[in-house]
Amino acid sequence: MVENRPWLGVLTHATLILGVAFLCFPVWMALVASTHPGEALSRSPIPLWFGDQGWENYAQLLTEGSPAVGGVDLSTMLLNSFIMAIGITVGKIAISLISAFAIVYFRFPFRMLFFWLIFITLMLPVEVRILPTYDVVASLGMLNSYSGLIIPLIASATATFLFRQFFLTIPDELVEAARIDRAGPIRFFWDILLPLSKTNIAALFIILFIYGWNQYLWPFLITTDQDLYTIVMGIQRMVNVGEGLPIWHLTMGTAILAMVPPVLVVLAMQRLFVKGLVESEK
Amino acid sequence: MEKRVFFRNWWLPYLLVAPQVVITLVFFIWPAYQALEMSFFIEDAFGFSRNFVGFENFTRLFSDPGYLRSFWTTLVFGLTVTFLSMSMALALAVAANRVVRSATTYRTFLIWPYAVAPALAGVLWFFMMNPSLGIVAYMLESIWGYDWNHYINGNQALMMVIIAAAWKQISYNFLFFLAGLQSIPKSMIEAAAIDGASPTRRFWTIVFPLLSPTTFFLLVVNLVYAFFDTFAIIHATTSGGPADATSILVYRVYSTGFVGQDYGSSAAQSVVLMALVIGLTFVQFRYIERRVQY
Repeated sequence: MVENRPWLGVLTHATLILGVAFLCFPVWMALVASTHPGEALSRSPIPLWFGDQGWENYAQLLTEGSPAVGGVDLSTMLLNSFIMAIGITVGKIAISLISAFAIVYFRFPFRMLFFWLIFITLMLPVEVRILPTYDVVASLGMLNSYSGLIIPLIASATATFLFRQFFLTIPDELVEAARIDRAGPIRFFWDILLPLSKTNIAALFIILFIYGWNQYLWPFLITTDQDLYTIVMGIQRMVNVGEGLPIWHLTMGTAILAMVPPVLVVLAMQRLFVKGLVESEK
Repeated sequence: MEKRVFFRNWWLPYLLVAPQVVITLVFFIWPAYQALEMSFFIEDAFGFSRNFVGFENFTRLFSDPGYLRSFWTTLVFGLTVTFLSMSMALALAVAANRVVRSATTYRTFLIWPYAVAPALAGVLWFFMMNPSLGIVAYMLESIWGYDWNHYINGNQALMMVIIAAAWKQISYNFLFFLAGLQSIPKSMIEAAAIDGASPTRRFWTIVFPLLSPTTFFLLVVNLVYAFFDTFAIIHATTSGGPADATSILVYRVYSTGFVGQDYGSSAAQSVVLMALVIGLTFVQFRYIERRVQY
């Protein structure tokens, strides 16, 4: 603080409190709505404080699911989301680590071609090539499968660049030492590079887990089998119910369950999360 | 920058890049090429034959008032989302940078929405603004007598998805602005204070210009977010309606291709969008990258 201006202090806190309120209010409303019986949410104004149906609602969601999604229970959806998110995260990190290793530590023909090829993926988000990508996945017989949910999404220019950037900062003496000790490239990668990259991998893990968990369009396109629904995509079935009204208390319970895992990850690993976010965008 | 020391092996590096390159070729480059190719053909309704039509898909697209309106909607949507989320985030970051006590608590409460999926952000605001029982709609009605119904009113529907999209993006912008603010040397601000510059003056003449690399960077990132990552918000709530009022370009590619089954037009739209992303990525790397300091 440069000088003491009391009104500025008040303004500062007021801004922050307003900001926090704006960000938290929708989730508060969802949380409250998810603890009421259906009838309480049929007329305005809706309650602003918790009801007593919380356990019943969540138990129903986790074991039977909402009628709007044809009786798929949310435990299954959460499990699917989890498998997809972990698959995407591990896949992206693994293939990016090895390709960055190859590009930094080897000289070989077409090295730069591969590098630019990977770079191009930045410019081709799923949203702009929906139809042909769907055709490719369909012709490979990967519709309605975990591999279809995961594999097409694991190419990652961002992760490759991040690891490349990091490898370039590792002193050359380490490679020389490894070579004097007669360690081959694989040994070097496994025993030296990987342990050094631990923090970067952890930070990236958080960002990519959130990315994977929050996928929407892709699982929506390629899963028609209800047993493969992920929760973030499944909620759309509860909102768009055609003529009727959404069953709000169950829909909001689903929203809460769908956001708990990634939000917990961010809150529990705040420092790593911030590092991952700032570095992966460089 | 290159390494001076490296390994020699004629096959290992190919093996190492293979997974990434194969996935890139199969799921990125090939479909993108397909979209490019399809955009020059018109397929008959049953998919039996297709005819080369040159640029007809594109000319048809740009003479379609619906598509041009989508362009306009996307522009309004993108710019408003970017402006709203960036200005709110900047105000919060400036405030958070000033507080000493409870700074971590504030930060924690401000960053978590980053983890909320766009689809869920949409659903949350869809509930808040529901005309019959949403709390926001209720307050608008009872305090100002304002009639809110996004099922009928296109502008209100657009406003709802804008708010949801901006809400989700505040945390991200906040973190980058905060990092930017913390890298500004305190001594400069103190010097200005000694010269008698007021806090407002200091902000606009020192802090804001020094933040410009962060601001430019966020500008591009937010536009990309608003143009492409908001598909889920639209799809989960308004489905482009009412009467196409919230049908932004990414939503239109989907609805033309999957719902309308007009592959040629959908492919042409894909190509237009690709040009847009390539342009934005180019701007980001060519003009911004070098000026951003973390």
